[in-house]
Order: sequence, then structure tokens, then C-alpha cells
Amino acid sequence: MRPISYARATDPVEAIATVLADPESAYLAGGTTEIDLLRLGVVRPTALVDINDLPLARIDGTDDGGLRIGALARMSDVAEDSVVVQRFPMIAEALLLGASPQLRHMASMGGNLLQRVRCSYFRDGVSPCNKREPASGCSALLGINRGHAILGTSEHCIATHPSDLAVALVALDAVVHVEGPNGSRTIPIDEFFLLPGDTPHREHPLEHGDLIVAIEVPPAPVARMSLYLKVRDRESYEFALASAAVALRAERGVIVDVRLALGGIATKPWRAHRAERLLLGARADRATFLGAAHEELADAVPRGLNAFKVELAQRTIVRALENALALGGAT
Amino acid sequence: MSQVKQREVVTSATVEPLTMRGPADTLVSLSVNRIARLVTIEPRVSLLDLLRERLQLTGTKKGCDHGTCGACTVHVDGRRVLSCLTLAITCEGREVSTIEGLADGATLHPMQRAFITHDAFQCGFCTPGQLMSAVALLEEGHASTDAEIGEWMSGNLCRCAAYPNIRAAIREVRDAAGEDGHAAD
Repeated sequence: MRPISYARATDPVEAIATVLADPESAYLAGGTTEIDLLRLGVVRPTALVDINDLPLARIDGTDDGGLRIGALARMSDVAEDSVVVQRFPMIAEALLLGASPQLRHMASMGGNLLQRVRCSYFRDGVSPCNKREPASGCSALLGINRGHAILGTSEHCIATHPSDLAVALVALDAVVHVEGPNGSRTIPIDEFFLLPGDTPHREHPLEHGDLIVAIEVPPAPVARMSLYLKVRDRESYEFALASAAVALRAERGVIVDVRLALGGIATKPWRAHRAERLLLGARADRATFLGAAHEELADAVPRGLNAFKVELAQRTIVRALENALALGGAT
Repeated sequence: MSQVKQREVVTSATVEPLTMRGPADTLVSLSVNRIARLVTIEPRVSLLDLLRERLQLTGTKKGCDHGTCGACTVHVDGRRVLSCLTLAITCEGREVSTIEGLADGATLHPMQRAFITHDAFQCGFCTPGQLMSAVALLEEGHASTDAEIGEWMSGNLCRCAAYPNIRAAIREVRDAAGEDGHAAD
């Protein structure tokens, strides 16, 4: 690992001022991605501002039935918080199906959103990779791309967004609260994650010095009966090949409310808007689910080894919707 | 209920940046197995390297050094974490517990005894991490079934595949201690 300097902040304003003072500096939270990538030479900050002591770890239910999660709340604490489990089980499930118990104790909510892709060409530090080294090319296009994305890709990057949590948050229209040099602002989560386009090195709209302070989840009664389905090569401690966060409510056999987002198959946590449009108001049955799944994947671009994901994603959607219906979404 | 306080006029523009430590050697004070340690290290040194290379606490193992194998599992403030992805300097003011601190003098921890009883290791390299994880697992209360033990121990790989015996050891300590309120099988 290259040499780094270090300071520990106890106040957000102090942390922001310190990072702002040095363009080569970065925040350090759980470190589960950052320390790994520092050691690999993939990210190269020369100074780390430790934010783990900032008072940003609260998990609060809001009076209107929503949720506010401090950016430094740990995955394990959020996953077992009673308000989260009651109001938004898909968040708890997505968290518990991610990483390992040790990593979940370390990793923060804000850091989870900012974790980097696991594309091996990005991580190896030497292969052409537009995300790591803009304009150097994308080695995954014709390379080992079994785990790569089929939605939201470009000729410049096909790396899959790795977060499970973010898939649930996208389904729930969460809002990211940021403090920075110019004060506070909020970013709708769907706008927080950028498609690679021709600037895959830009993954989010944060500027140097911006600090995520909280994630807000607006009330969504439908989410009380929600789930996260994750399909992967092994049963635990593995990234998704395809995943779905689903909340669904049907009345007299007709879908009256639905949230659907996908992971493991796209370059950003993927809100399935096209499928949702077909589902809403339609009969809650397998035929509808198949049609919606087909529609959502209509623009998929498979590239060799990941071609299986087109069908896998559709099957994952259908199963997740069926499970959600069985969960009690039908009346 | 939401406890959001709007900051007043104090902004990052009016606050002095913190003084940085390093990148050269800096004095770091730590507590490892309840013993105060004063070391001179660069901020980039991982907790794992500090334990093994500076404090001669070589029970904690370096498997992958990437946070994928769990061999380096230790407890920080009572929670199991990966020491390879933890910078030692971030542990100032926190309590670090390693495999060396698990036994009470010459008396092994019940989990250590159970690992021996059930032959829960072959080569032994992953064992310190397995033990630290297993002890934490019972405190976390996620060991009610074999499937649950498997899921919640999935962060600790064993290349010898001693998994059935590791689960048996964990079951025994769970049932003896009455953890989770579950009776013996």
C-alpha cells in the first residue's frame, strides 16, 4: 500500500473541511472496499479522514412511517433494526444476503452506496479499464464477462453494480442526504447512480468533499410485505448473478401497488419501470409476471459469457413476484 | 422522531482542517487483549500486520489479505471484524481482542475445547478466525439451526472443509450455554 496520512474527525464540518483542504484525500468509513482497493493500487488517496466517530449512526423511524438511516450505521445494525424489519423487510433481507457477518459489522450505509465495482479488470490495476483509467478501453467487452451487466451498459463499461442494499433503496425511492462545501442537499437515489455512458469513471454526482450523512426512505405501506430475492453461484457470501427487490399488493386479483428493482444484471441498481407499468392494474398472475419480466429485459445487451443472465433475470423477476404475492400481497 | 439538526453558520469554509498524522511513523496507542500498547507505525499499517509483525501475536492469520477468507477475524469493541481491512490506527480508543486473549490463562475457552472435542480443524490455519467468529456468533444469537450456523459462519472459509465438525463444536457450546434459548437437539 502506498503511504497515507491520517486524521480522525469527530464533527462532520471538521471532516468536510479536512477533505476539502487536500484534493488527494478521501473519507474513511468501514474501509471494506477502500482499504482493499488502496492495497491493490486501484484508488490512490494519499490522506484518509476517518469519519467513524461522527455522530451519524442513528436509525430512526419517522412519524409518517418512513425511515432515516445515518450514513455511518453499519449493515448489521440496520439489518436487525426492528423498524427496518417491520416497515421495509426488503432492506433487511438485502443487507443480510450481502457480504459476510464480519464485513456487515464494518461496512457503513454511505460506504455501501459508494462501493466500487468488482469487475476483475477494474480491480487488477493494469488492464485497460475506462472506469479506472478513462479512455484506456474496456477489457470486459470481449473478456471474462460472465458476471457483467446486460442492462444500462455502454461500449465503454459493462461492470455490474455490486450493491444489494441499493437495489432495495432504489425500489423504495430513497433519498441521499449530502453535506458538502456548499451546504446540505438531497439526491433522489435513482439519480445518485449514474449510467456509465462515455464517462464510466463518474459513478455518482458527489464532488470532492461531499459527505453522505443519511439515507431517507419515504413511507411505503406496500413495503411491509416485501422481499429481496438473490440468485448466485453459491448459497452465501457471494454477489448476485440476478436479484430482485419486490413489494406487491393485489386486490381482488388485480395489482394495485408494486415496486420492483433489479440487481446483479445492470450497471446501476435497476428500477424496473417498464415492468412496473405493465404490472400496475394488471391481473396478479404468472402470465402477467412473465410479460413484465420479458418487457423489462427487452433492451438487454448480452455480451458472450453473460448471455444466460437475460433468462435468469426474467426467471428471478417472476419468482420474486410470485413469492411477494404469496407473502400476503393478495386480498 | 427524526433528529436532524440543521447546522447554523458554521460551515466547512470557516473550520480549520484537522492536523494529519503520517505518512511517516506516528505514535499509536492501542489496547489489545486488555493490555495497553504503544507502537510507532505508519498510518497505512493494517491491524493484521500490526498484530503479527509488531506485537508478535501471530495467532491471527493472513489468508487472502482482501477480506474474503476470514482467517484474520478479530473482535474490535466486541464485534467480529476483519483485521486485514482495518487500519491499526483506526483502533485507537477501541478494544481489540485476538485469539491469544480467548483462553483464561491455561484454561481454554469452551469454544476452543469444543473444537478439539469435535476435531473441528485439519491444517488449523483458518482455526483462529473460525474460533473468533464462532464465539461472536453465539453472542449475536444466530446459531439456532445448522443452516443458520452455516449462513452466519460463511465469512470464514476452511480449505480442509471441516465445516461439519465446526458446526458440531458450535452446537455443543450453544447447547451447553443455553444460547438462543434453544434446548439441546
